[in-house]
Amino acid sequence: MSTRHFVIIGNGVSGITFARHLRKGDAQARITVISGESPYFFSRTALMYVYMGQMKWEHTQPYEPHFWKKNRIDLKQAWVKTVDFETKSLVFESGETLNYDSLVLATGSKPAFFGWPGQQLKGVQGLYSKQDLETMEAITSQPIERAVIVGGGLIGIELAEMLTYKKIPVTFLVRENRFWEQVLPESEADLVQKHIRDHAIDLRLETEMKEILSDSNGNARAVVTSAGEEISCGFVGIATGVTPNVDFLKNSSLAIGKGVKINSYFESSLPDVYAIGDCAEFENPPGPGRRTIEQVWYSGRMHGETLAYNFCNTPVTYQPGVWFNSAKFFAIEYQTYGWVSPEPMDGVQDFFWAHRDGKVSFRMRLDQEGKVLGVLNLGFRLRHEFFDRAIREKWFGEKVMQELGKGVFDPEFYAPYYQEIQAAFQRQFGGAIVPSKKSFFQKLLGSSQ
Amino acid sequence: MRGIQVIGLVLFLVGMLVFTTLPFLSSYRLTEALVQDQVNEIHREKLAELLQPMYGQSYPSSHAFLTAYSSNFDPYNEELKAKQAWDQVIWDDYGFALAKAAGEGPARSYPWTSLALSIGLVVLGGVLFQFAGSGSAHTSLAHTGVFHSSLKNRGVLGMLTGTYLIGFYVILYWFPAYLSPLVWMVEPIAQFLSGGPASQWFLYGLVYTLAIGVMGIRMVLKYRDNKYQQLRTASVVFFQTAFAFLIPEVLVLLNKPYFDFKNIWPLDYDFFYDYQIDTFISSGGLGLFMLIWGILLIVLGVPLFTYFYGKRWYCSWVCGCGGLAETVGDAFRHLSDKSLKAWKWERWMIHGVLALAVVMTTLTIVNYFSSFSLLGQVTNQLHSIYGFAIGSAFAGVVGTGFYPFMGNRVWCRFGCPLAAYLGLVQRFKSKFRITTNGGQCISCGNCSTHCEMGIDVRAYAQQGQNIVRSSCVGCGVCASVCPRGVLKLENGPEEGRIHEFPILIGNDSIKLRS
Repeated sequence: MSTRHFVIIGNGVSGITFARHLRKGDAQARITVISGESPYFFSRTALMYVYMGQMKWEHTQPYEPHFWKKNRIDLKQAWVKTVDFETKSLVFESGETLNYDSLVLATGSKPAFFGWPGQQLKGVQGLYSKQDLETMEAITSQPIERAVIVGGGLIGIELAEMLTYKKIPVTFLVRENRFWEQVLPESEADLVQKHIRDHAIDLRLETEMKEILSDSNGNARAVVTSAGEEISCGFVGIATGVTPNVDFLKNSSLAIGKGVKINSYFESSLPDVYAIGDCAEFENPPGPGRRTIEQVWYSGRMHGETLAYNFCNTPVTYQPGVWFNSAKFFAIEYQTYGWVSPEPMDGVQDFFWAHRDGKVSFRMRLDQEGKVLGVLNLGFRLRHEFFDRAIREKWFGEKVMQELGKGVFDPEFYAPYYQEIQAAFQRQFGGAIVPSKKSFFQKLLGSSQ
Repeated sequence: MRGIQVIGLVLFLVGMLVFTTLPFLSSYRLTEALVQDQVNEIHREKLAELLQPMYGQSYPSSHAFLTAYSSNFDPYNEELKAKQAWDQVIWDDYGFALAKAAGEGPARSYPWTSLALSIGLVVLGGVLFQFAGSGSAHTSLAHTGVFHSSLKNRGVLGMLTGTYLIGFYVILYWFPAYLSPLVWMVEPIAQFLSGGPASQWFLYGLVYTLAIGVMGIRMVLKYRDNKYQQLRTASVVFFQTAFAFLIPEVLVLLNKPYFDFKNIWPLDYDFFYDYQIDTFISSGGLGLFMLIWGILLIVLGVPLFTYFYGKRWYCSWVCGCGGLAETVGDAFRHLSDKSLKAWKWERWMIHGVLALAVVMTTLTIVNYFSSFSLLGQVTNQLHSIYGFAIGSAFAGVVGTGFYPFMGNRVWCRFGCPLAAYLGLVQRFKSKFRITTNGGQCISCGNCSTHCEMGIDVRAYAQQGQNIVRSSCVGCGVCASVCPRGVLKLENGPEEGRIHEFPILIGNDSIKLRS
């Protein structure tokens, strides 16, 4: 128990998770959370839903304003200009200062821009912050003939969905030869690409943006592609990834690589300074197959949990468990558990099933002995607990298949795709699986597979 | 399709306009013969005398007629009340019956045409609008734009709709005589179904059933690839049409008591009233069966079904109030208040109403079996207070009229005593829960935003905790609107249903409470 002053820069999921757990474990500590972006913690993942009128801004805030007072977590809305690590104080843009005993950097990311000519024009932006949402709403509330999105990843497809809601035609430039190439195997990418095109998106693969052209008022008016084509547009969405938001820390004594350099205890190069979430860069990958910078909602949350635990208990190293992730591409949900590399790998067996309507698929990777390494599913839901256990306990693929019914997380009465998957697995791998039969009720409902 | 949608909307609006105008297109002429015909024997002579000045007069509107009626009738009653001659006071309201009998107007002369041009056009326009407007959007994209809509986000259209609904309910409950022209046009249907005359309640039942049907079509289209939503919608449409509307009318045709076999005390608050019990007992085998069936539902049906399936078996699959909320009210579900404060109000209010219903019913039954020696006629006072405050004002005016202001489950969440009873079973002894999918929640808040019961679903999901709440009606929309596949309505083993110490899967460093 201490009365030391913890200052957290950043009120995203990492910083807030840290603050909440610290308060649970330490009733005495003084906790201050600083953010220039918004007074209260909000869910960044919900920005698109606010734009599409599916939620209001206040719905993005997981805790009501009284929560912070009750838990004695002080919130300060201000931008930090510099940190004086010698005197342990923050200097705000207003000139005001604040002292800390321990500093937790949870400053997140910012959209990565790659020096395109014209990238500073009005109407060119990423989608990361509350301010990004506001500028996007302002720009697209004017009539716009077309929008161009650059970058074939999760933010890119979110932007496409948002602009489609506003009935703004979209051209979607993807540098790679398929959508989300670093994660999706080819068949899954094909499936998603078809779905994207079904929404009247002009998807251009293997196409880069070379330049953004300006009109006389400094607004973006067109994009020039690597194919030399000029595409007229009033909005350019930059979705080519994110990069740690650490510019204000550069040129200080703190060790910075791409992000704030930390060890597996989230300790930076300076005493009493820690970094968690998107802005942190581990010296070594925290687990096999993991990256040194983990820019995922779930990782940020786990970083916060673990660091808070370490302040209240004997410190442990950060050890993420079985990998998992999820996303949604228009209507198609994506989940993955364990490791499924986008390309086939030597010594790894591959099982793939896709539904004939082209909106549902399942892939499972097995090691040479036939033990499950990971799964990737589109268009239906799988149970985290089930696959976490199967992968952790290295179940044989056959056992996973036999039990698959228990691993499905779709709502009641949904089509039992798993039965078709079991049959397909048996055709490919043989084995003694007894595929489940449709129940009387499933037949009655005509639950088509 | 856009064109058809516009045509649908125009037809709907024209129908609403006709429906709203018809009550004004009526004139009245009362005769002594009509009074003799409409008034119960015990009051006949008195009323015939009191209303003497009205005979032969022509009244150009229902308002003129009812004003005249009041000015002739009310002083008599007031005098008796002043003298505290309670047993002589005429409690029955003959206004509706006399207006219905004495009136003339297009809806009476041409009932079928009037019906077609009002309710008919509303239904036709509504169906066209739904079919043409359904587009090709996937279920999970079906909730976009609700906060950009004037109707669905408390804009001018929302306010107008709410005001209209509230007005309709106030007239229906306390000034039904004004609706008599609308009742004329459903008279032939009532005659066909029950062999008897139509009341304002028959009109209301018909409109209610049609509304659930038309908006049920909307639900099936909106949730085109969600079997759960489609099945429960089909279920509420069926129970409303068959159990709440048709069967009771046919029972009347067969000279049996009017009875809704799916209505359960204490929602059906007059089930144990003396006149109901008398009706059951005096109606032979079927009447007795109704009494036993109703009691079995209370003592066995509710606990058993709720144990296996949660309160959803009733609230979002069978109930009439739930049926309206889930069809007509679906467009307003996101307007519920999710704050902690609202949850506190909710628990006090709904359990308060349950307590009130239990006390009132217990007194009624004890009084009945003590041959009214305990409280005499005091239970009647209780009944009229409860009927006014809870049965009419809360369940009707607020329950439905407030859809566009506070969401579609105001009554179910804050007032329904049966929901309170079902909720207690669901909370403490049930297999039902909404399972959270490990660590997959991203705290986006879609689930909480679209929860019609105002449950902060996210608060549980982001901790990896199952959602076990007495108020959850199991509509399944949180699971549908979740972009990450995190929520699933399930009936499973009781063990592990409530996570007191939830653990989010995915972090091997520590195992801690969220």
